[in-house]
Amino acid sequence: MIAEQFPILIVVTPLTFAFLVNIAGLWNRRLCFPLALIALSACLFFAVGILDAVITQGTPIHYYLGGWKPPWGIAYFIDHLSAYMAIIVAAVALLVAIYSKRSIEREIHEHKIPQLYTLFLLNVTGLLGITVTGDLFNLYVLLEVASFSAYALIAIGEEGALIASFRYVVMGTIGACLYLLGVGIVYSMTGSLNMVDVSGILPHLYHSKTIALAFTFFLIGIAIKMALYPLHAWLPDAYTRAPSAISALMAPTMTKVGCYVLIRIMFFVFEPRFSIEYIPVTAILGWMAVIALIVGSIYAIAQDDLKRMLAYSTVAQIGYIVLGIALANKTGLIGSLLHILAEAFTKGCLFLVAGAIMYKLGMRTIGGFKNLFWKMPFTMIAFVIAALSMIGIPPTCGFFSKLYLLLGAVEDKAWIFVAALLISVVLNIVYFFNVIRRAFFEPSASADARDGGVRKGIAIEEAPLSMLIPIWVMAIGIVLLGIFSGKIITTVLQYAVPIGL
Amino acid sequence: MIREQEDIIIQTVCRIFIPFMQVYSLYVLAHGHGSPGGGFQGGCIFAASFVLMSIIYDLNEVKRRFAERFSVFLASLGVFIFAGMGWLCLFLGGNFLDYGVLSTILPVDPVMARYYGIAAIETGVQITVMAIMVSIFLNLLTGGLHEKDVEQAYVRVNNQ
Amino acid sequence: MLESIISNYNYWVFIILLVVGLYSMMTKNNLMKKLIGMNIFQWAIILFFISVGAKRGATVPVIAGAHGHDTHTLVARAAEYVNPLPHALMLTAIVVGIATTGIALALLVAIYKRYNTIEEDEVIEALKK
Repeated sequence: MIAEQFPILIVVTPLTFAFLVNIAGLWNRRLCFPLALIALSACLFFAVGILDAVITQGTPIHYYLGGWKPPWGIAYFIDHLSAYMAIIVAAVALLVAIYSKRSIEREIHEHKIPQLYTLFLLNVTGLLGITVTGDLFNLYVLLEVASFSAYALIAIGEEGALIASFRYVVMGTIGACLYLLGVGIVYSMTGSLNMVDVSGILPHLYHSKTIALAFTFFLIGIAIKMALYPLHAWLPDAYTRAPSAISALMAPTMTKVGCYVLIRIMFFVFEPRFSIEYIPVTAILGWMAVIALIVGSIYAIAQDDLKRMLAYSTVAQIGYIVLGIALANKTGLIGSLLHILAEAFTKGCLFLVAGAIMYKLGMRTIGGFKNLFWKMPFTMIAFVIAALSMIGIPPTCGFFSKLYLLLGAVEDKAWIFVAALLISVVLNIVYFFNVIRRAFFEPSASADARDGGVRKGIAIEEAPLSMLIPIWVMAIGIVLLGIFSGKIITTVLQYAVPIGL
Repeated sequence: MIREQEDIIIQTVCRIFIPFMQVYSLYVLAHGHGSPGGGFQGGCIFAASFVLMSIIYDLNEVKRRFAERFSVFLASLGVFIFAGMGWLCLFLGGNFLDYGVLSTILPVDPVMARYYGIAAIETGVQITVMAIMVSIFLNLLTGGLHEKDVEQAYVRVNNQ
Repeated sequence: MLESIISNYNYWVFIILLVVGLYSMMTKNNLMKKLIGMNIFQWAIILFFISVGAKRGATVPVIAGAHGHDTHTLVARAAEYVNPLPHALMLTAIVVGIATTGIALALLVAIYKRYNTIEEDEVIEALKK
């Protein structure tokens, strides 16, 4: 296909392959996994092609569906920010799909495997579509496509997954309906649904209360989808009870794509000065982010289940990203975008490690992690690398993102934000070192001491290779992204920040 | 609701009524451009005819006609018709879903080619909606035992 | 005061339905009632959209008296037509609502089969054991 068709191909390919997987599953169940891999590799190829085209061209790409120009047709609008998010989603999805073969076989009944891969591909379709679309209502439709497949994927999980998924259904539908209400009000005031068009018409209407109401609806709807504290109540149960590969797919991508939608609405559709002057949204978001940072980390310290701890840690990391958005200056926003990248790879790696531990040991309670390092050395070393990135130690990419967030807060002279960031770094250290202490340094039991303290009796039972390779690719990726973060900023992120900040 | 109705009047009326419902759904599909209608509405009416059939007649009968493999196949077929039209327009050189370029393979001008393109995708939508609605209904009714015999559902209902 | 209520009655109906749905989702204990509240919430929004797109004395957006292949030579008088875009958008929203209801109902059936109850507090009690 010609390169200018990539924006639509990145959405249509996983959609078509989802239903191909469904039909192939009727015939032979072993065909589903290769077809899913082909679709996701094609998506990654298209995403790299789009990023390349945007960087060489310099200006955003417009693609008109059906040949109709806006405001009559749906237009796809890709600038640096969209291409950046598309690559993140495609890369994480491909790595998790490679990982998922052995993990899914262990956790889920084999009749459901074709449907699981169908829903997987539909979820990726929705997420990639959200990142490339330039039309407000199309974003709602794709958001719901991604959410439905998420509801169904979570419900395939373990014991409490059904009620967790039901709770997610109710809360997610409220969020999406509030977003739809915002779109409706904006349409009735401006008469257009295209993002570029609306951003041109809206500045004349900033004084009206109706537009302020629409902005509030947008914000609350996206905050529910994004799990910003205190609207995060669906997230811990949903990510804990889901199958391991599905948590690893959703935790790095779904909430981060919600943050991307927030950046689009706040800084592209509505100009940045609306959020600062007319309604003091940035102040409110800043305080909610600070509370999310600290409270999320405190909840994570109290958990005994590894995946639940990581789910609360996700709530805290969303606080970091929203803090960068709320600072509303260039350094803060660059820190926020870099943190989306760091968080996607780090959380992906951590959830994949949790899945590998579940695969080998059959349980996830941290109290039972004794001698885990000696049993699964490669997995635990990858865990340590990801934990270092989460805490913020150079040269991992977590350090650079937190550095930019700190610099942004210092530039704004918001000393409370600086203090909150540093306190949360200390809290992160606490709960990660808890796990590392149990796995590495737990004093040997009396049975081992009788052998003279030598850990001879513990054989290495590593996770299978198809699960280890994605974990290690992500761990190496964390380090490489940290080393090359300067280059990422100068080529991509500098242009992704909206003008006017 | 699962057992067969013994009343001869209801059975006869519904036996006459169900084909008319199905033909009406095709009418709604075909006239969607001028009057209220289109793919989704037609699909719902078609599915309603199957729901009526399962209320009045034996549920096993409907499950034989609409096995799970069949409804999965129909749903995917409808999506392939829709996406296939889009891919066809891509291959012929236009943008995705740009039906105007269909005028190179059909003997009409671009405006009428758009008209025929929309009719084709609405057909795909109808097939998918019909298959999924019937599948949702049968799955909810049998409690997920779509492939298996409905006797197990009888046993659960009677034991409560 | 009374005039502002009567002239904007569509907004008042929409707000009352929205709040009824939201209240039902938040306070009811039975999962089925939460689901019905969610449904009312969604349909209130669809009603709002359609009421915004209504117009007094307008007709269907179809060129009258034209059949066949030379329709694009006739003039379309756009001011007399109802705006079809909200209706098309709301059709999509209705489909989304049906899919949500379908998923939620399937989850309810599975919860009932597993825990033999659909009261939320009883399910949480059963989970804690």
